[in-house]
This record gives sequence, structure tokens and C-alpha cells, in this order.
Amino acid sequence: MSVAAASLAVHPCWSCKGPVATRALFCSVCGAVQGPGATDHFSRLGMVPTFEIDRDVLDRQYFGFQRRLHPDRFAAKSPKERMLSQSQATALNEAYETLKDPLKRAAYLLKMLDHAVDLGACGTISDPELLMEQMEKREEIAEAETVAEIATLSAAADAEVLACQCHISAAFNAEDVDEAARLTLRLKYLTKLADDARAKKIRLSRG
Amino acid sequence: MLLQLHEPGQSPAPHESDRGLAVGIDLGTTNSVVAVARDGTAEVLRDADGGGLIPSVVHYSDDGSVIVGTAARERLLDEPDRVVSSIKRLMGRGLEDVKSLAGTLPYTVEPSPEGGMVRLRVAGRVLTPVEISADILRALKARAEEAQGKTVDRAVVTVPAYFDDAARTATKDAARLAGLEVLRLVNEPTAAALAYGLDNASEGLYAVYDLGGGTFDLSILRMEKGVFQVKATGGDAALGGDDIDHAIAEHFLAERAAKVGPHTITAGEAKQALMVARLAKECLSRSQGGDWVMEVDGKPSRHFLDRATLDSLSTPFVERTIAICRAVAEDAGIAVADIHGVVLVGGSTRMPLVRARVAEFFGKPPLADINPDEVVAVGAALQAEALTSGSDTLLLDVTPLSLGIEIMGGIVEKVIPRNTPIPVAMAQEFTTYQDGQTAMSIHVLQGEREMVDQNRSLARFILRGIPPMTAGAGRIRVTFTVDADGLLTVAASEQTTGVEQSVAVKPSYGLTEDEMAHMLRDSLEHARDDMASRLVAEAVVEARRSMLAVASALKADGDLLSDDERKAIDAAMELVERSTHGTDRDAVNAAVEGLEQATKGFAEKRMDRGIRQALAGVSVDRLDDALGGGA
Repeated sequence: MSVAAASLAVHPCWSCKGPVATRALFCSVCGAVQGPGATDHFSRLGMVPTFEIDRDVLDRQYFGFQRRLHPDRFAAKSPKERMLSQSQATALNEAYETLKDPLKRAAYLLKMLDHAVDLGACGTISDPELLMEQMEKREEIAEAETVAEIATLSAAADAEVLACQCHISAAFNAEDVDEAARLTLRLKYLTKLADDARAKKIRLSRG
Repeated sequence: MLLQLHEPGQSPAPHESDRGLAVGIDLGTTNSVVAVARDGTAEVLRDADGGGLIPSVVHYSDDGSVIVGTAARERLLDEPDRVVSSIKRLMGRGLEDVKSLAGTLPYTVEPSPEGGMVRLRVAGRVLTPVEISADILRALKARAEEAQGKTVDRAVVTVPAYFDDAARTATKDAARLAGLEVLRLVNEPTAAALAYGLDNASEGLYAVYDLGGGTFDLSILRMEKGVFQVKATGGDAALGGDDIDHAIAEHFLAERAAKVGPHTITAGEAKQALMVARLAKECLSRSQGGDWVMEVDGKPSRHFLDRATLDSLSTPFVERTIAICRAVAEDAGIAVADIHGVVLVGGSTRMPLVRARVAEFFGKPPLADINPDEVVAVGAALQAEALTSGSDTLLLDVTPLSLGIEIMGGIVEKVIPRNTPIPVAMAQEFTTYQDGQTAMSIHVLQGEREMVDQNRSLARFILRGIPPMTAGAGRIRVTFTVDADGLLTVAASEQTTGVEQSVAVKPSYGLTEDEMAHMLRDSLEHARDDMASRLVAEAVVEARRSMLAVASALKADGDLLSDDERKAIDAAMELVERSTHGTDRDAVNAAVEGLEQATKGFAEKRMDRGIRQALAGVSVDRLDDALGGGA
């Protein structure tokens, strides 16, 4: 390890001024909470960066970290400690919100692999096959008039979302990033469709 | 000197005994409650008659004296222009907001000079809702201090989950004015869940149905091993038992007009009619019907009301709450059948109609074994104890309403969607739309609707000093930060040129820092002492943290020091220790600064050793610290 790398691995603790590992949450000497630092959402929650994750494990990790870092643990501490704990809890919430949602999780993994997918863009669909499929499905939902009809469509849309998630998982496992990116974009439209179908189902069932 | 060391992040607040007591306060629209918790058991502080509720009613005399509670409520009829009730409805409200409540408020509302929060004219004085709420909080503080024989200076104060930012800020300001440091603002339904969760060790999804005097909240929480995770929350900040009182009063007055003939009623008579209506409503929770007498223009009239008529008068309001329950569950993607239990909160849930409809909608009888009027204060007290003495319980709350910014065409662009876990920080980039544009107006909104005018305007500010560029070239990054109290801070900065001009705003409809300072000066004489002693207390907390840190460092790396160096540090420590026993904040700060100087060389030696060890591949931190309490 070079001296430069060694100085990156440790930095002075803001409280006792001694060396603390850059990734540490608390100083091992004085116990003071540290800032969140720059790390990816998976590492922040102690998870392996994979698309397929166990939701129970994710929740348990998130709760475990919040138990130690949430501002409620620092309510009677000094302003600086309260501020750092708020930054830590904010970073944990951002990581949790990203990882618990399959679409955001896929997009985030792609970004980590330098393969950004723009989920915010509400622009046109460039894949003609996907465009055709989406137009047909939207038409079906628009034409559904009974609760039974829309319930069938909604269940089908939900199934498609799940199937697409399985395909994304397979693509990541096969390290086929291009395919994962294509499927993630597809998941975005399928999720939107499933949401719209569910909204219409709720509307129709209320009468 | 003996210094205790604790697990990182697990240490209790230092020298807790130095501080006054921390209580839980439910600052309600109709009634308020104060409770205190010890060793996980909360106790509601009661008056001599055993009553836990203090009516949220304040009487102001010409001589400036203030009466809060039952005695104030008793004067409501005789001196209507000196008594204020239901002030919670006006917290953080501007004159425009209040227009929709016009006629339902039993007092005269005045606009503020700057268009901020409304003012009330009472007994010849002009008061803000913050000052009036502070008077209620002072009474609660006094009750707690009397009961416990100890100073009370910190509190967890509850607010409706649906309270917007302005109302939250106003509540925090009121506490400050009353000499109470707010440890945390906790949402009422969350506090109620806390009260139940600890007693019953419940697991799974729970709904909290909270119908108070003036507000309705519905929250869905997941409880699991001491973690209270709010999944979704919704409600109506202007829907409650008061609405039902109004409906009954109007029913009586219409009946009377038909019998006796129409008559314009005075504000005092309106208040009396409302009191009669409330009495009738409360009686009918136990009986099937009864007669009530009302007096207008000196002529009494007798009115009969039975349960069926009450139910039909109340149904529109109860159905509105059920519609909100349905919407919140759907929004969170939760099937009503998956909800394990429903907790009832708020006096209005005593109404048989409410209980029946809630049971019907959720398909199970609701839980009501903790007094619905006191359950929120009980939860707040438990949280106050948890925050000051440490606890394994964890509350993870969410933003109740979406937060956004006005973009072209009067449309709202959401920056933080509702039901996002807090604390949270989210940023959005915007661009300039004119060549050479050097300023940008930023309008912050709260609400779910598409258009600006359908949402609540929280703040407007102008970001200046943008370097002139062609349209679309400027990159303005607007960051919204919501803290654990649910309070918003907005900052904006220009990105491309490195000219980072940041503006942070606190929302409008609150009070300016100047107004707060003025009120603090004008409030009770010892308010200034309260402020001063709080500042000393904060400096002492900081000083003790420094000493603890240095002591830990000495224990770990003391071998790096020569005897003389060690002596110098010990002497500086001694000075800090001595300063913390006094009340001079500057002396404390100076001693801490001295300690910092004395340990500078020591810190450098420690860093050198740390880097040498890192080079040799020795980890300076235990692995479990780096990974936190995960698994």
C-alpha cells in the first residue's frame, strides 16, 4: 500500500482527532459517530451488489443500521453528532428506497456498471416491438369496462412485471449488461402499465 | 478522573441527572395531555380530580393574566371575546387558509402585517396562534413540574401526521416560547402505535385511526421487533369532532328557527350552541336519546336528539374518514384484509357510529384498551424517555405530503413524493429559460395536486447571482432536506460556473427569527434565563464530549506522549472539567478551545501512527464498527 492509499484508508476523527477508517460508522477509539462518506447503496447496507435480493434480509440490514444511526439515538447529543446522524440516516434511507424497488435497483446496478439507463425520461420508445406491445395493452385497459375484465388485465400485467424481473436477474447473472439494460427499460413501461391497470381496477370496483 | 466508556453509539446521554425532566405532550385541538415515562411505563399527569385532560382553552384578562384549561373553558360563555379555543386549527395558517374556515371559528381573526400567520384579537391584545399555544404548553409544563417536583425543560410534542411544514414549525416555535426544548416532533398516530406496541409486542401491519376534535389522520405501520415503520399516512387537517358539533348546533338552531322564528345569533350564543351540541354528542355515546336546552336572545328552547338523528348528522363526516382510509391503503398497495389490527385514537372515536364503521371497513373490532384521549401522550412520553435514556425501539416515519417546486405553466414538479422515509434529502436540477437570466424565482409547494394553486404554498425565494448565460445553459440545483421532525429546508445553487450561491429558506406562514426573538423577550421574565441556561447546557454537552474523546484517545495512544506532554493535556482537561461546573458559557468554550490546542501535537502523532499501521496492513477499526449493527 502506498502512503497516499494509506492516508485515504484512514482520516482524522472529527472528535478525538485520531485515525479512523474511512468506511467506519463510529470511531473505534472515542465512539463518536462519523459522516456517511461516499459508498454505493449496496455496501452502505452491507449487501452484495446483485439484482436478486432477499427483501427480508434487506429490511433487516436497513433496520439494523438505522437502529444505531437514526437521529433518535442522538437526540440528547451535541449538535455536530445530531447533524452527522441525520446525514447517515438520510444516506441509509436513500439506499433502502433505491434497493427495495426492483426497477430502481436494476437501474442503479446498471449505473454501477457504467451502463446508465435514463428512467426519468418520459420520451418515446425506440424499440418498435415494445412500442407496439405497449400500445395494444394500453388499448385493452382503456376498453375494459367491467371489474372482471380489468382484474384479468391487471393480473396479467403484474405477472409480466414479475417475469421481466426474472429475465433481468438472468441477464445480470449471465453478465449480459446490454440485455439487462434493454429489459430494465422494458420493466419501466411494464410497471407503469401495471400501475395504471391497478388504478383502473380500483376505480371500477368502487363503482 | 473517572470516565465511563460505552459501546459506540449506544452510550446514554451524558450526565442525564443534570438535566430537567423530559415529558410527552399531546397538544390537541380540544384537549391537551402531558405524561412522563420511567423504565418503559408512562404515567399521565392528572389534576386533583384525576382528570388527565387539560382543555386547550385560554382566557386572557385585561391585566395580562392568563388562565388555561377548565377554568378558562368555564368563562367561554360569559366572556367570549377573552377566551380562545381550537387554536390548533390556525397553527401555521395564513389569512387565505382561514377563509375556508370562516364562520366556524369562534373568534375574530386579523391578518398579519406581512401576510404571514394570522393574528387573533383577544381582550384588547393581538396574539399569534404560536403565542396562544405557548400559553397552553406553559400550563402543561407547570402541571408536570408540580406533579414531579422537578424542572421540566424538554418534551416530545405530537402533531397530526398530516400537519404541513408551516404548522410543524409553528408548534416547535410555541414550545420554544414556553421554555421547552423539543426533543422530537412525533406524529400522533405513530405515538399511539408506540403506546400499543410496547405493551402488546404486536407484529405485522396495523392501522391507526385518529379522529380528534379538529383533525383526522390514518396511518398504516408495520411493527416488527421494536421497529415501527410507517408505510403510509394520510388524513385531513380540517376534519374532526368539531364538524359534528357544528352539524348538531345547526340542526338545533334550524329547529329553533322553525319554532321560535329566525334570529341573528351573537358570537357568544354561537359558542353556547356549540357547547350544548358537544354535550349532546358526548351523552349519546352512552345513551340512546335526550333533551337539551339552548338559550338565544334570552329565550330558551328545548331540543330532542336521538342516536339515529345524530348518526345521520355525523354520517357525511365519518364517511369522509372511511374514504381516506381506503385511499391510504390503496396508495400503499396494502390490502385492507392484510391489516392485523386497528387502533383507535382521539375522543371522537368514542362515538358508536365511528366504532361500527371502522369495524365494518377493516373487518375486525378495533383496539381501544388504552384511553383514546390519552394514548398519544402515553406514546410521546415513552418516546421522550427513549430519546433521553436510550432504547431499542426505533420509529421510522415518512413525509405525509409531497413536496415540490413550481415550473413553467403553473405546474408542480415533485421533488420528494409523499410517504418517503425521513430524514431525506433529494435534489432536482432546473435550467434558466431566458438569455442572460441572472435570477431565478423558486416557489416551494406541498400537496398532491398537479397545479400550483391547488397546493399549499410554503415559501418563495429568489436565487440571485446566476452568471449571465444563454437560455438553458444554467444548471440550478434545488435541494430539499426534511429532518426527523418532518421539517423542510430548501437550498438552491448554480452548478455550471462553480459560482455556488446557496439560499436556504424556512417556509413562510411561520414567524421570522425577529418575531420569535421579540416574543421570547416579551414572554415570562425567566424566559431569557431559560435560553441562557440552555446555551450553557449545550456548551457543557460539547465540553464533556471533548473530554470523553481525549480520555479515549489517551487510553488508546497515551504511550505516544512524554510525561510533560501528558501533564499539559491533563491540566487542560482539568480546566474543562472545572469550567463545566460553572454557568459561564464563554469560559466553557475557552477551556474546550484550550484543550484542543493542548492536544494538537498528540493528534498529529496519532495520525502518523494510524497511517503507518494502514501501510503495514493493520486495520485501525474493528470490523463490526465498520459494518455497524447489521445482521
